[in-house]
Amino acid sequence: MTFKELSSPEDAATPPAPAKPRWRDGQFLRRAFKHSAFMVGVVIFVLIVLMALAAPLLAPHDPYVQSMTNRLVPPIWMENGTWEHPLGTDGLGRDYLSRILYGARISLIIGIFTVITSGLIGTTLGVLAGYFGGRVDLVVNFVVMTRLTLPVIMVALAIVSIVGGSLIVVILVLGLLLWDRFAVVMRSATMQVRSQEYVLAARAVGCSTPYIIIREILPNIFGSLVVIGTFEMANAILLEAALSFLGLGVQPPTPSWGLMVAEGRQYLLFEPWLIMVPGAAIFALVLAINLLGDGLRDILTPENRS
Amino acid sequence: MNEMVLEARDVTRRFTIGASLFKRATTFSAVKGVSLSLRQGEVLGLVGESGCGKSTLANMLLGLLDPSEGEVLVGGKAISRSSPLERARRIQPIFQNPYSSLNPRKSVEDIVSLPLRIHNVGSASERRAKVAEMLDMVGLSRRYLDSYPNQLSGGQRQRVAIARALIMRPEVVICDEPTSALDVSVQSQILNLLLDIKDELNVSYVLISHNLAVVQHIATRVAVMYLGRIVEEQPTEQLFANPRHPYTEALLSSVLTPEPELGIPDTHLGAAFPNPMDPPPGCSFHPRCPHAMPHCSTLHPRPLSDGDRMVECHLYDEAAAQAAREPQPA
Repeated sequence: MTFKELSSPEDAATPPAPAKPRWRDGQFLRRAFKHSAFMVGVVIFVLIVLMALAAPLLAPHDPYVQSMTNRLVPPIWMENGTWEHPLGTDGLGRDYLSRILYGARISLIIGIFTVITSGLIGTTLGVLAGYFGGRVDLVVNFVVMTRLTLPVIMVALAIVSIVGGSLIVVILVLGLLLWDRFAVVMRSATMQVRSQEYVLAARAVGCSTPYIIIREILPNIFGSLVVIGTFEMANAILLEAALSFLGLGVQPPTPSWGLMVAEGRQYLLFEPWLIMVPGAAIFALVLAINLLGDGLRDILTPENRS
Repeated sequence: MNEMVLEARDVTRRFTIGASLFKRATTFSAVKGVSLSLRQGEVLGLVGESGCGKSTLANMLLGLLDPSEGEVLVGGKAISRSSPLERARRIQPIFQNPYSSLNPRKSVEDIVSLPLRIHNVGSASERRAKVAEMLDMVGLSRRYLDSYPNQLSGGQRQRVAIARALIMRPEVVICDEPTSALDVSVQSQILNLLLDIKDELNVSYVLISHNLAVVQHIATRVAVMYLGRIVEEQPTEQLFANPRHPYTEALLSSVLTPEPELGIPDTHLGAAFPNPMDPPPGCSFHPRCPHAMPHCSTLHPRPLSDGDRMVECHLYDEAAAQAAREPQPA
C-alpha cells in the first residue's frame, strides 16, 4: 500500500551517535561531579571512613585510659582548653578526640554489616516475590507484614536485654529487623523489570531463571538497591546510637557515639560539649550517608540518563 | 510443498483470574482450539483486534506459555518435549516495542551475543566477529557494537532486536507487531529488512499485526482471529480480493486510505467489543455481524475448509442452515 514512498534513510535523519564511553566509567563520574550535594556527602563520608581507619595513628591518647586528675577538661575553643586534649576529656578523664575517632569505627561497622545482613535477606525475599509472583508473593507479603507489625526499637531492646549487648548482637538484631524496606522496594522494582520484553526475550533465547534474575534483572534494580542501602545504613547507625544511649547497645567502656551521648547526659547543664561533640559526629555521618543516597538516586535513575 | 516448520494443533489457553483467599476464581479462554501451520519460506499474517488472543498465541508458539490443551510442534517435534535451548535454536521472537525489548544496562554486543553465550558458541572474539557480521546484515554500523540502547533510535533498536533473533539462524521468527511502535518513516525499512533477511537466511515468519497494510505487503497467507478463534484463513491475495467472513470484510473496510475525500470508513461493527470473560453464545461474532441469522446466536459455526482456505461462518454452511430450519423434534 503506502510504505514504499514513505521510506527515507533513517541514518541520514539521525546524526551518528559518537562512540560514548560506557556510562559506568565516564558518564557516572561526570554526573557525580556535577551533583554538589552528592559530592559533599562523599567528602564527609570519606573523611569519617579515613578517621575510623587511621584512628590508631590520629588519636593523641588511648581512648580507654582514665585520668582522674584530668576530668572534664573543656575543648580547645573554650576557656582553659588545651591542645593536649583538643576536644577535652569526659567525666573519667578519657581523651574525647580519641574516643570520637575510635567511635567512628563502631558506627561504621554497625552500619555496614547491618546493611549487608538486611540487604541480603530483603533483596532475596523481594526479588523472589517480584519475579515469581503468585503464591511466593503471597508468602513474602505475609512475612513482610508480620515483620512490619514488630516495632523495631522495642524488639531490639527486648532481645538485647535478654541476650546482653555487644557489637555482634546489635548487628544481628538490626540486620534481622531492618530488611523490610529492601524487600518491599526490591519486590516492586523486580515486578517492573520482569514485565519488560527483554526478560521475555531472554527466556525465548533459552536463559535459565537464575541467569535471568542475576544477569538481566539485578543490574536494572541495582540503583534502587544502593539507594535503600544508604538510607538503611543511616537508620542502623541512628538505632545503634539510640540503643547504646539506653545502655542496651555496645557496652562501656567501648567508645560508641551513642554511649558517649548517654555518658555525657549527667553533665548536660554545665559541660554541654560532652553531648554536642558526639551528637555532631552522629549528625555529620548520617547526613553524609543520606546525601550520598539522595545523590546516587539522582545519578542512577534511568529516566535521568540521556 | 515445503517442509512444515511450525504447527499448532487445537491449541487452547485458559487463564484463571481473580483468585484469592476469599474470592472464587474465574477462568476464561484467551485462545480456543486454534490450529495453524507454517511451511518453510512462508509468512503467515495473523490479524485481529487487540484482546483477541494474538499475543497469547504467539507466546505459546514460542514455548513461553504452555497451552492448556493441544500442542505446538516446531520442526515436527512437540515444543513441550524439547529443552529450552533446543526450542530457542529453532524459533525466536521479535517484539513490538524496541524500547523495552533491549536491556538498558547491556551494550549492543552483549544483547546480540546473548544467544551465542547461552548456547556456548565460539570464543569471545569469534562471538564479537559474528555479532559484527550480523549487524552488517541488519544494516547497523559496526561502530554501534559498544553503544547502549539509550544511544540508539527506535529503528536502530529494532535492528538490534532483529539481529538478536536471527544470530542463531532460527527456522521460524515470530514477529509480534514488529513495526507498530516505530515512526512511519522507519516502518517500511524494517519490513523490507525482514523480507531481505527471509530470502537470505531462509526463515519463515509468523507476522502478528493489526495493520492490514503491513500484512498485505509481506504475508503469503493470512489468518484472521476473533475472540480466541481463527475465523478465516486464505492466501493473502485471495483474502484481500475476496474476504468471506463478515469480520474480515469489516476489517478490510476499516483501512484508512490516503484519499481524504473518502472520509473515515465506517466498519458497521459498533463500538462494543464483547467481553472475552463472557463470550456471546453461538458464533461469538453474531452481535456485531451485519448478516446474522437466527441460528447464529445458538449454534457455534464449524470450520469449513476447501483447498487452501478456511472459514468459520454459518453463511457458508448450508447443512447447518438446513438443520436450523427443520422443526425441533418434540
